[in-house]
Amino acid sequence: MTTIRESRNDRIFKAFIYSFLIVILIIVLYPLIYIISASISDPTLVSSGKMWLWPKGINFDGYKLIFQDDQIWIGYLNTIYYTVLGVLISLAITLPAAYALSRRKLVGGNFFMMMFAFTMFFSGGLVPTYLLVKNLGLVNTVGAMVLPNAAAVWNIIVCRTFFQVTIPKELEEAAIIDGCSTTKLFFKVVIPLSMPIIAVMALFYGVGQWNDYFNALIYLSDKEKYPLQMILRQILVLQELGNDNMATSISNSAAEAMQHSQSLADIMKYAIIIVSTLPMIIVYPFLQRFFVKGVMIGSIKG
Amino acid sequence: MESPSKLSSTETASFLTQNKKALKKERRRKKLKDIAQSWELYIFLLPAFLYFVIFHYIPLYGLLIAFKDYVPTLGVWGSPWVGFEWFTQFFHSYYFWDLIRNTIEISLYSLVVGFPLPIILALAFNEIKDGFFKRGVQTVTYAPHFISLVVMVGMIIAFLSPQTGIINDFLGLFGIGPIAFMSEPGWFKTIFVFSDVWQGMGWGSIIYMAALSGIDPQLHEAATVDGASRWQRIWHINIPTLVPTMVILFILDMGGLLSVGFQKILLMQNDLNMDTSDVISTFVYRTGILDTQYSYSTAVGLFDAVINAALLVIVNQIARKRSQTSLW
Repeated sequence: MTTIRESRNDRIFKAFIYSFLIVILIIVLYPLIYIISASISDPTLVSSGKMWLWPKGINFDGYKLIFQDDQIWIGYLNTIYYTVLGVLISLAITLPAAYALSRRKLVGGNFFMMMFAFTMFFSGGLVPTYLLVKNLGLVNTVGAMVLPNAAAVWNIIVCRTFFQVTIPKELEEAAIIDGCSTTKLFFKVVIPLSMPIIAVMALFYGVGQWNDYFNALIYLSDKEKYPLQMILRQILVLQELGNDNMATSISNSAAEAMQHSQSLADIMKYAIIIVSTLPMIIVYPFLQRFFVKGVMIGSIKG
Repeated sequence: MESPSKLSSTETASFLTQNKKALKKERRRKKLKDIAQSWELYIFLLPAFLYFVIFHYIPLYGLLIAFKDYVPTLGVWGSPWVGFEWFTQFFHSYYFWDLIRNTIEISLYSLVVGFPLPIILALAFNEIKDGFFKRGVQTVTYAPHFISLVVMVGMIIAFLSPQTGIINDFLGLFGIGPIAFMSEPGWFKTIFVFSDVWQGMGWGSIIYMAALSGIDPQLHEAATVDGASRWQRIWHINIPTLVPTMVILFILDMGGLLSVGFQKILLMQNDLNMDTSDVISTFVYRTGILDTQYSYSTAVGLFDAVINAALLVIVNQIARKRSQTSLW
């Protein structure tokens, strides 16, 4: 009697959990599918609401427009440049510092850790930081893109935890007895052993840099230097089409162009979301577990 | 060597103090030796140290301009002192309470809606077997975390557009609308909070999943043998396991109460929804960066930071007393 009742309870419970997760899945997935479909559908069908799930009236105008727009490609290249450079600088700051802090024998390690961690909770804030960057002469240079947020305390803590666990004191001592210097040990032993965490760090910093618009907004005045997110902001948020010639390049007469302009701007929106997020879409499924691992390592000590 | 037990009491005492001194000396020597030996580690620390000094501690010094009338040519130190003038000006301004109210309302709204969902999601994930479905749902729910704020806000604007947005098309089926969500002040906070939840709940659940994976399976087995139902096991085993993580995240959230997702608000803001969307940090951005009122905006920013820090310390203190879990 009891076993039957329990299994029925179990079944109700299971059904409840699954339906909850399916609802969540639909809520999260629907906008993503919609954007992909909208990016390759006929703009008029999209804006009139006739396209609501799967692509209708397949049409690649949005992508064509993007390929013709120089501004977008300059932004894309700028973003790649800032991201690669930014990640390298961030790693060069984070990894050695985290390794040093992970060593027990480092006298004063706690002091440095406290000093770094303090900035998580109290900082000078927007305007003093802005004035500093300005006084350093970094405004409108690549420096303003990659330096102000070069290191994150949280990432240093994650790396430190990783080094504490994976690089035991014994390994370090053995290397030193063999006449290996700390620097050599770091480059020859620690780095090769730490590839998973380096990947996680590169990804965390890389995603941050790729997605950042705010530093560009306050520090860059030169449009030629704008990263992709700033161009996206113009198109998606401010809804200004960067290039007036774009609409005319697709349709022949000017009147037609006027008519098209609005819906082309609309269709371009979805395509540009896809294009700008593409690297993430490609990389994400493969690297998801690394990201998750990064969060988990952080949560042990955090 | 004579063992100390055979010595007289005075001799023992002197031996001990000598020993202590020697030990102390020895320890100090070892410390100095450690420092000397690990000089390379200090070089390793140097870039990070310089980074934090330059980009975090110099701006802290720059906060002084909140008490001065900053003139760029005179520098931070050379500018004349004005005391608390900027603060009084801010407290007496007509927009002071509006800013405070908007900031706190958005924060609390986010907290109430956004805090429980990752927990519930993690508990649900934990109840189903590893497999295609679980991995699939996890992959999909984590994904929005990687969407940039600009794209996120672009999506919001596109979906909610009164002319072409899918949401208004849908509402139209029921004869509602169209509603101009983005220019309607009453909708701003709800849009902000729920889009945040959409984007962050999956990612937010990971940290709770990590805590749940640490539970000893024997605990569940024992409870099952004792006749506990799945609900009871969640309630009495899983949720208590998550409490420390919840407390830590709650403390951190409280420490950020006055610094709501400012970069996103800035993108969502327009002239029409200003009544409900203007928060302290967007105000600082406008007055400081756009209007170049450096001293005034720094004072407002400092006010914000001090309240945040105070809240963090207070909540941390309460948490330490009540639950033995705290940040420090």
